[in-house]
Amino acid sequence: MFKDITLGQYYPGESVIHKLDPRTKLSGTMLFLISLFINDKFIGLGLAFLFLMTMIKISGVPLRFITRGLKGIFLIVLITVLFSVFYVDSGTLLVEFWVFKIYSGGLANAAFIALRIMLLVIGSSLMTLTTTPTRLTDGLEKGLRFLNVIHFPVHALAMIMSIALRFIPILTQEMNKIMKAQMARGADFEKRGFLRRIRGYVPLLVPLIISAFRRAADLSQAMDARCYHGGKGRTKMKPLRYARRDFIGYLVLFSFLAATIAIRIMPCGC
Amino acid sequence: MALIDILHLFHSFYRYDESGSVSGTKAALKDVTLSIEAGSFVAVLGHNGSGKSTLAKHINALFLPSKGDVKVNGRNTRDAGEVLLIRRDAGMVFQNPDNQMIANVVEEEIAFGPENIGVPTEEIWERVGDALERVGMTAYRMHSPDRLSGGQKQRVAIAGVVAMKPQCIILDEPTAMLDPMGRREVLRTLHELNEKEKITILLITHHMDETIDADRVIVMDDGEVVLDDVPSVVFSHVEELRSRGLDVPVATQLAYELRQKGLELPDGILSEEEFVEAYLKLCK
Repeated sequence: MFKDITLGQYYPGESVIHKLDPRTKLSGTMLFLISLFINDKFIGLGLAFLFLMTMIKISGVPLRFITRGLKGIFLIVLITVLFSVFYVDSGTLLVEFWVFKIYSGGLANAAFIALRIMLLVIGSSLMTLTTTPTRLTDGLEKGLRFLNVIHFPVHALAMIMSIALRFIPILTQEMNKIMKAQMARGADFEKRGFLRRIRGYVPLLVPLIISAFRRAADLSQAMDARCYHGGKGRTKMKPLRYARRDFIGYLVLFSFLAATIAIRIMPCGC
Repeated sequence: MALIDILHLFHSFYRYDESGSVSGTKAALKDVTLSIEAGSFVAVLGHNGSGKSTLAKHINALFLPSKGDVKVNGRNTRDAGEVLLIRRDAGMVFQNPDNQMIANVVEEEIAFGPENIGVPTEEIWERVGDALERVGMTAYRMHSPDRLSGGQKQRVAIAGVVAMKPQCIILDEPTAMLDPMGRREVLRTLHELNEKEKITILLITHHMDETIDADRVIVMDDGEVVLDDVPSVVFSHVEELRSRGLDVPVATQLAYELRQKGLELPDGILSEEEFVEAYLKLCK
């Protein structure tokens, strides 16, 4: 069941992209996503595509790993494409049957949106593929530290995230065990029909949730016993420090953003 | 002054009904008074519900006394300002190895304690390397804890405590979920830490054979200390232990039954070697 969770699907490597500070990658991904929404011309998306492909090339992550993330969003892309094909009525009329009319503008718009969504997904999966979950939460914790000013519990959230990641494999194992135990007693997890199927999962979820709570109680005691008392006065074994490559990274990112904005305000019909 | 001083300790668990008022109490510890000397290896023995785990959690200030006092290094666990120092001095290892790990990499797991008490980064690296060596897990430094065996996981958990430089380690049934191999690994590690690093060990267990190499065995039953002496004396009380729902080591049991039949074997036989030696002496 947890097989499909892409967060934490780390592709080990030694590239510059892997070594970048997680904060650089996080803000880089944010800037890339923003640039996609600034774009309103194909040439802009072309630039984004080129930029992303260069990054993937540098990272050394095989293309099939990256495109795997696209499978999950295929349906969303299809629906948005269909909507824009049938609803946009600019450009020249191409096909007409029954109540449907397809215009050239609609097709262009559909292609644009589909490309944008795909770039969006590939861009963010490049980040998760090149950053370990631990570094990612570290990056979030330090990068969002300014939110402490408004008493937002940044450290606690990062801790929750890393503990959740740590327990995913343990709870998966446990679920398989419970599933087998229930199957041995005649439970059927392949029932037909949506509602019956959901009802079938109750004897699986109840023990799983109870055991998760027990584990949580144990874990909190173990953390107490090891002097955990929140983020205050806590030091780090692997503190995050910006290196020269991060400044270069930011430089590249901002020039990319500047180019995107330039294309946006450029008066041309392409 | 002893490292750990427990004075007239009482602990009660309360059961609450739906409206939140107390519907029942269970006394887990009744007037326990103990002192544990620095550098000793003490085993606490008792069957389920004897109060041995509750006692362990008092020493780490995870539980606070209903009545009485617990002092570690002269610091009272009731003193909220001292709790972190108490926990640093008296580390704790729990039964289930999976439920006490927070990191995805062994070395980061061991660093968790030192990070919490604010050890500077360079020193954390030193302490982690050192602790890994002490428990013989250096080769697994970059592994995920999920891929380790039960005994290895517990040794990582022990290293996590060792890295905080404690004076005492309390282990609450650390071998209960392990196979015989894992149990031996963990016990050997504990004895090494006790002998080489002079760390006081307080081992809570219900396995007799884990206690025979201890300096002192404390037997608990129904929230009270019923026996407290060196292993050879404690295990000479065969009838008493049996009535408390505890077994004695096989060699002790055999010597006891032969003595009942009239053979003049001495008291306090714990291991098979001791039994053979005593028996051969008798044959001469």
